[in-house]
Amino acid sequence: MHSDPVKLTRGAGQHLHHYHGGLRLRHNKKISCLHPTVRPPLPELLVIPLHQHLGVPAEPVVSPGNLVLKGDLIGVEASSQHIPVHAPTSGRIEAIETRGMSQASGIPGCCVLLRPDGEDRWRTLQPVNDWRAVDSETLIQTIVATGIVGLGGSVFPTGKKTEIGKRAGIHTLILNGAECEPYISCDEMLMRERPAEIVLGAQILQKATGAESTVIAIEDQMGEVRRALEPAIKDTGSTDISLIRIKSIYPEGGERQLIQVLTGQEVPEGGYPADIGLICNNVATAAAVATAVTEGKPLLERYVTVTGNGIVEPRNFMALLGTPVSHLVAQCGGYTGDVARIVVGGPMMGYSLPSDQQPVVKASNCILVLTAQDLESPQPEMPCINCGECARVCPAQLLPQELHWQIKNAQWEDTESYHLSACIECGCCDLVCPSHIPLVEWFHFAKGEIREQSKQRSLADHARSRHLARDERLLRIKQDRLDRIARRKQALRDRAGQSRTIAEAIERSESKKAMKSPPEPDS
Amino acid sequence: MNLPILTAGGAPHMPPQFTIAGVMQLVLIALLPGIVAHLWFFGPGLIIQIVLAVVFALGFETMMLKLRKQPLRLFLGDYSAVVTAVLFALCIPPLAPWWIALIAMLFAIVVAKHLYGGLGSNVFNPAMVGYVVVLISFPQEMTQWLPTRGIAETVPGLADSLVAIFTGQLPAPLNWDAITQSTPLDTLKTGLDSGRMVSEVRSSPMFGDFVGLGWEWIANWYALGGLFLLYRRVIPWQVPVALIGSVLLISLPAFLMDPANNLSPLQHVFSGGLLLAAFFIATDPVSGCTSAWGRFWFGVGVAVITLVIRRWGGYPDGIAFGVLLMNMAAPLIDRYTRPRAYGQ
Amino acid sequence: MLMPVLIPVLVLLVLALLFGLGLGWVSSRFRVESDPVVDQIDELLPQTQCAQCGYPGCRPYAQAIASGEADINQCPPGGEAGIRALADLLGREVKPLNPEYGEEKLRTVALIDEQACIGCTLCIQACPVDAIVGASKQMHTVIESECTGCDLCLPPCPVDCIEMIVPDQDYRDWRWPRPDNAETQTGMV
Repeated sequence: MHSDPVKLTRGAGQHLHHYHGGLRLRHNKKISCLHPTVRPPLPELLVIPLHQHLGVPAEPVVSPGNLVLKGDLIGVEASSQHIPVHAPTSGRIEAIETRGMSQASGIPGCCVLLRPDGEDRWRTLQPVNDWRAVDSETLIQTIVATGIVGLGGSVFPTGKKTEIGKRAGIHTLILNGAECEPYISCDEMLMRERPAEIVLGAQILQKATGAESTVIAIEDQMGEVRRALEPAIKDTGSTDISLIRIKSIYPEGGERQLIQVLTGQEVPEGGYPADIGLICNNVATAAAVATAVTEGKPLLERYVTVTGNGIVEPRNFMALLGTPVSHLVAQCGGYTGDVARIVVGGPMMGYSLPSDQQPVVKASNCILVLTAQDLESPQPEMPCINCGECARVCPAQLLPQELHWQIKNAQWEDTESYHLSACIECGCCDLVCPSHIPLVEWFHFAKGEIREQSKQRSLADHARSRHLARDERLLRIKQDRLDRIARRKQALRDRAGQSRTIAEAIERSESKKAMKSPPEPDS
Repeated sequence: MNLPILTAGGAPHMPPQFTIAGVMQLVLIALLPGIVAHLWFFGPGLIIQIVLAVVFALGFETMMLKLRKQPLRLFLGDYSAVVTAVLFALCIPPLAPWWIALIAMLFAIVVAKHLYGGLGSNVFNPAMVGYVVVLISFPQEMTQWLPTRGIAETVPGLADSLVAIFTGQLPAPLNWDAITQSTPLDTLKTGLDSGRMVSEVRSSPMFGDFVGLGWEWIANWYALGGLFLLYRRVIPWQVPVALIGSVLLISLPAFLMDPANNLSPLQHVFSGGLLLAAFFIATDPVSGCTSAWGRFWFGVGVAVITLVIRRWGGYPDGIAFGVLLMNMAAPLIDRYTRPRAYGQ
Repeated sequence: MLMPVLIPVLVLLVLALLFGLGLGWVSSRFRVESDPVVDQIDELLPQTQCAQCGYPGCRPYAQAIASGEADINQCPPGGEAGIRALADLLGREVKPLNPEYGEEKLRTVALIDEQACIGCTLCIQACPVDAIVGASKQMHTVIESECTGCDLCLPPCPVDCIEMIVPDQDYRDWRWPRPDNAETQTGMV
């Protein structure tokens, strides 16, 4: 390795590099880009999950029956991060109950049910008047208070990320517009329709993190986007924002791969991009930051692509968080005949929903509706023939076939030495496997298993230490009592020197006691 | 609105692009030019051998799948037994007796493949196991090659071939001594061992531009099929490149120092089964290496062993032994050529 | 006459001596200071301290296994996975859990019916990990996160107000299922 990776990542995007593996996939993005993005009419009921971010769930701060205005706080995370959840529109809190949360587990969790009053009335907003004039602390506070999280799907709290970047002293901010998964077009439409907001968000994030420059990365096939963003960058007169077009080889939009393409450097295992002087945000996150700082508006809505062969008229929406998926589907003209699966996210990394009654959340970049035909597999699962295609396409340079064996045989320590944790679950290995082994499902399973084991181990360690502490305490109590008795006897003996008769009496009683067994002091 | 009935499932939500059967079919297609050339130079015996080997292979495969309670249709339809059978048939003399294929396929399919756990679990290349078993056990039958078209006045016809293969008898005017001949490599080796020089041995009419007349053409067509597989990314480039490259590099100094007693690099490459093995046999994924560098060293290893056997060993060609010996070393090579994971 | 016999014998003796010395040197030079085996066994036990194995806690059981007094299949909370881990460590055969000592079951926690509790402190004294808080004549309660589900508080309770319950599954504890639905080797390996 070279001396200082932070130095080497300076000048990101000046030369483009390769990353290992990857796949060229059919984009299938055009079908959802035919119509301009619209706001769908207000749904009858919004279901707002209180856990839409990475971290612990938020606690509700409203009660059923409360009237709220658009942007009012309805929940806040109890931990130090204080990620808030806001009311996406004005209306009445109908209930706080357990509902589907559009998460991979499909297990319901605590949601706030909001019945819109149709007026969509804002609470008084407190924008930052001149973002150039305030310090980065104020900007970070605004980002935290407006509930902004990574909108690329990671839902990592943006305020926290910005703070990490500032503390690490990063030099480059990367805005990720390389939306590499097939079908998803929400970032592309956002960049086409709101380029100024993205560039403004870039400037604000650059100031908040203290970065020297910003690189906006888009795919080379996004011509419209380039035509929209280039003038927007020029308008700012800023020279430290650059637009870089990179080859669209999936998963080049993965944070670690994007960094490798732009800098040639790799994020160290277990580390953050900030460790090598960078921070990576999604373009939609930047746009949300711009709205939050300049208008004071919290994160209430996002671009959502509704697409797939199961949708009559695929398109993009600016949807309120909490909007049921079925409401958006209805706005697209409904389902075509044989819908088989609804996926949140793209076909490579998305997760399936148990029903279309699940809400749009901060992580929902795309609602992909697939037909039975889309999912039809030409061959059932067969044994691995060791062809190594999975290793060839793996962007993390792992050996998926080896990991698969180790997981099947529960060799968890081996999976560690083969760096299962570096797997980004991109799905490339799965797609090229001629034996149709669900490799990513195995990796999901193994990661959960390893997490559970380390949890069990720490529980056991905890119980052991509690048990030891208790044993020690019991021993101490016993010892104390013995000491006390011994002291009392000593005191009696001292006094016995004064009178022989007393001493004799003591001796008599001692010998009597010794004949009976002494009582256990503890029981 | 009508609520769809949804299926759950893990990502990716797209069917994989390739199937094992698809890969195997491509391999068979890529073998076609070589097979056609082989037929042209040696006559229709090969067709009979291919049919025999495929029938025996599928028979043993069916038997073993039944015994192992595996789904028949799925595993018979993967074409892996067919590929094994065809590769084996290409290696044996066209008029070898029918039971050669039977015994070879018994060892290839039953022992080398299914006793090791079936598709994907075999340590050794099944086709080469079958080949080596019969090569060692029946050296006489396995060295009765035919002279190629152009040397012999005619090649045996289909009827003659059938009779020869199934009865071991040849129709009236023909006799074994008259129509069979050892392979060019065998001839060269015997010649060199008896103190003659390469140029002397090569003056025999059985030799063409590099090596055996006809043999080199068949090798060319194998290479063409191999290039097709490379283009379709069915086989990794590391194995053929390393194998052929090492043969060229290692045999060059020996040839330059003593051209009278050593074959030239090109003669090495175009003789015996080297090109067939480089593209079709050493590239077998199951018994080979997985990592890119592992595949490279696998190819180098096969080349070295082959050359050593060709030069000093008891057999004229050593490619089958090279492949089998490297099969043994494959897991070890993979262990030491593991790629560095991202962020390491 | 003797020479042809003597020479190989001597050579072999010298070789044996040399190799022996070499091995001895290597074993002392590269000695691995390992944990005492009791600690390693204890490390693999689930630390419920439930005493179902017939020993008063996990460590005594570990000592008993180490001394050969107890078998490795006496720990119901550790279950199959625990037995497998022990077999692995000790180089023994995996065997099924001995049903004499109980069955493997879901991890539970104790719940005190606070209406019925009379505040006798007997359960507090029985708890091996101090997971029950309360004082004499005061209501007691179980700290769920500390409870190992050992059942030891059940017998002493004079009013039977303690119940073992399976805690609610939190969606955050959700894990992806095994793709082939085969038996999963959970637990401590």
